[in-house]
Amino acid sequence: MNLFRKYYYGDYDSMKGNSGEPANTNDKSSGAPEWPLFEIFIRSKQGLDHKHVGSLHAADAQMAVENARDVYTRRQEGVSIWVVESKHIHASNPDEAESFYEPANDKVYRHPTFYDLPDEVDHM
Amino acid sequence: MAVQNFEQIFQQKIDDDIRIEPKDWMPEKYRQTLIRQISQHAHSEIVGMLPEGSWISRAPSLKRKQILVAKVQDEAGHGLYLYSAAETLGISRDEMIEQLHSGKAKYSSIFNYPTITWADMGAIGWLVDGAAIMNQVPLCRASYGPYSRAMIRVCKEESFHQRQGFEALLVLSKGTAEQKAMVQDAIDRWWWPSIMMFGPHDAESSNSESSMKWKIKRFSNDELRQRFVDMIAEQVKLLGMTLPDPDLKWNEDTKHYDFGKINWEEFWNVVSGNGPCNKQRLDTRKKAWEEGVWVREAAAAHAEKRKQRVVVKEGIAA
Ligand SMILES: [Fe+2]
Ligand SMILES: [Fe+2]
Repeated sequence: MNLFRKYYYGDYDSMKGNSGEPANTNDKSSGAPEWPLFEIFIRSKQGLDHKHVGSLHAADAQMAVENARDVYTRRQEGVSIWVVESKHIHASNPDEAESFYEPANDKVYRHPTFYDLPDEVDHM
Repeated sequence: MAVQNFEQIFQQKIDDDIRIEPKDWMPEKYRQTLIRQISQHAHSEIVGMLPEGSWISRAPSLKRKQILVAKVQDEAGHGLYLYSAAETLGISRDEMIEQLHSGKAKYSSIFNYPTITWADMGAIGWLVDGAAIMNQVPLCRASYGPYSRAMIRVCKEESFHQRQGFEALLVLSKGTAEQKAMVQDAIDRWWWPSIMMFGPHDAESSNSESSMKWKIKRFSNDELRQRFVDMIAEQVKLLGMTLPDPDLKWNEDTKHYDFGKINWEEFWNVVSGNGPCNKQRLDTRKKAWEEGVWVREAAAAHAEKRKQRVVVKEGIAA
């Protein structure tokens, strides 16, 4: 394997040795603070719900919509996009899930399978 | 509840194949392992744009240029999906970028090799993306929800990457003597680094055990590597080319290909920063970040202005 062979075509920059030390690399965020995070929801086709697909940073909502188009719909995955700044999402607490959803546990009569009907009953 | 109970419940969920979601309790080491793995994976996607990006302006036809742009753009998207998944674990995007630039976080060593001919574009798609896919498909079932969802998205997009690479090589392999030689040369250079992408042998792989227990990982490095070798050893025949390994041989007993010794010295050398392009890759990323300051600032200023306009309009309406 010619690991340290020097190449002179392709990957031009490093080969010509012009990769000087860039200035102030320790400057953490290079000044500006992070753009806010947005959650992205996409309707894949008319008639379906918008569905959460991921998130991205953007300067504002309009930029979030445009960037969401570029990353999440490059293969016609969507016909409509919603963006919501992540800090506006309110969520239930997973630690309380057991008690929170408990009321539904003992109500089997809410399901059609609870009811025994004679086989002769069609279309029900 | 004691931490022990939390750990038990957590492991029970994993054993039952119930995904862990961002707000669920998780052991600190699980969180750290994921942050490390996902962010390094994200960095690999981003740095991985560079070796191919340098050929966009030199693609041999408009068709090939369009394909290459689309592929490189996909890799940017993969970086985004993965950075976002890592952010759900409580690390900021800026912190991750900082870790990449300072050298604290690694990225896949494969991107520290130069792309010196057009055939390298084909070899990267076929071998490098091929190896990546082999690693990534099992990650679609990783125990951490955001990671597995990101990987499903990535894998859907990856298969075109490998196919376009193989097809580009196939075209060249039917061309002139020079084109054929170029294909063989590219395979010769990319083969070994590609099979190193699966990481050290199982016996030397330090994080494997807990990653298996936590179902972040489902197959060992050597298992995946063997699958890859078996696949490529067959595909290379269709190109009428060979792999640069005199020990590569079908083994009737194991029903797998045997292959030669991997040069781990080279691997660790490249990991620790001494590959042919390590410095160039990092410098390019740092430069892009620093020279992009004004773009980020301008976008923020523009967003602020747009917000003011809305306020004024609403003020008039009210
Ligand atoms: Fe990728
Ligand atoms: Fe790819």
